[in-house]
Amino acid sequence: MDSILECRSLVKYFPGCLALNSVNLTVPKGRIVGLLGPNGSGKSTLIKLANGLLTPNAGQILVGGMAPGVETKKIVSYLPERTYLNDWMSVQTMIDYFGDFYENFNKSKAYDMLQRLHINPGDRLKTMSKGTKEKVQLILVMSREAQLYILDEPIGGVDPAARDYILDTIIGNYSENATVLISTHLITDVEKVLDDVIFINMGNIVLTSTVDDIREKEGKSVDSLFREVFKC
Amino acid sequence: MAWDLKSDRPIYSQLVEQIQLMVVSGIYAAGCKLPSVRDMAAEASVNPNTMQRALSKLESDGLLYSQRTSGRFVTEDVQRIMQTKNDLAADLINDFIQKMNRLGFDREQTVSLLNRMIKEEGQNG
Repeated sequence: MDSILECRSLVKYFPGCLALNSVNLTVPKGRIVGLLGPNGSGKSTLIKLANGLLTPNAGQILVGGMAPGVETKKIVSYLPERTYLNDWMSVQTMIDYFGDFYENFNKSKAYDMLQRLHINPGDRLKTMSKGTKEKVQLILVMSREAQLYILDEPIGGVDPAARDYILDTIIGNYSENATVLISTHLITDVEKVLDDVIFINMGNIVLTSTVDDIREKEGKSVDSLFREVFKC
Repeated sequence: MAWDLKSDRPIYSQLVEQIQLMVVSGIYAAGCKLPSVRDMAAEASVNPNTMQRALSKLESDGLLYSQRTSGRFVTEDVQRIMQTKNDLAADLINDFIQKMNRLGFDREQTVSLLNRMIKEEGQNG
């Protein structure tokens, strides 16, 4: 089986709003994929469905061939758009917490990354800036040896230098069979590291392509194409 | 050498060009072992799959070869490297001639202008 995430005629609506309109999508293993779309296009809804935080109204979503549940949470490492960590906890406590929760959590990897980003493991989350908090969360997520990493806006709040380090961390840390799904608006920053992009708009998949195919066929960057397709 | 990637062209073909340049300019000499795909990808800040694709292309072109267990090497065939060098030079010159053409210089005018500039540079230097 070559796909890690699969949607079959997936529908999700909220009162007065069709968030996903019969989406069919296959995300293969071993790829870094960008999920790109304007605000309110359905990116986060799709991600929440993949993590079992929402349930579909119709259709199916499968992670590693299974419907979202306990078993899929073992293989998916998820960075949500909002923090869910307790801010009285120190980084060290959180690392222990994650270590207890997930069998595939690699503590030494986490400490290694903290050191590279000059974050003191004794510090509490409460005392940290927004960007540092985001870095800590991303470190926790990337320190798991998962099969699918789902990152919802992972680099929005961090400075450009740390952004580069984080992207290097993502390409350096995922194993060959793992897939990374990144949702972001900062296309220019991520497009170098992406294999594929998925454009989503108003609950529909508008385009799926490899980055190099877009550059070859359109003669422009993914960022420029995005600006063209979603021109307001 | 820093990797310089433009945003409007396929990354993979830019990687091919830049690795060619590194081989031709001796940064990776004939017969020398290349770093792992992962290390090269990290250095260029690109996706390992894209780097892999570029290296495979260079392999099928004969500029690189891989040995199953020990990694990937630059060809020992110096002739092959010189050929790449000449190809790259030809591309640059064609590009230059085309741009001059757009400025309104034909081939002869371009060559004589080039000669004059080289002479002047020799006198000044």
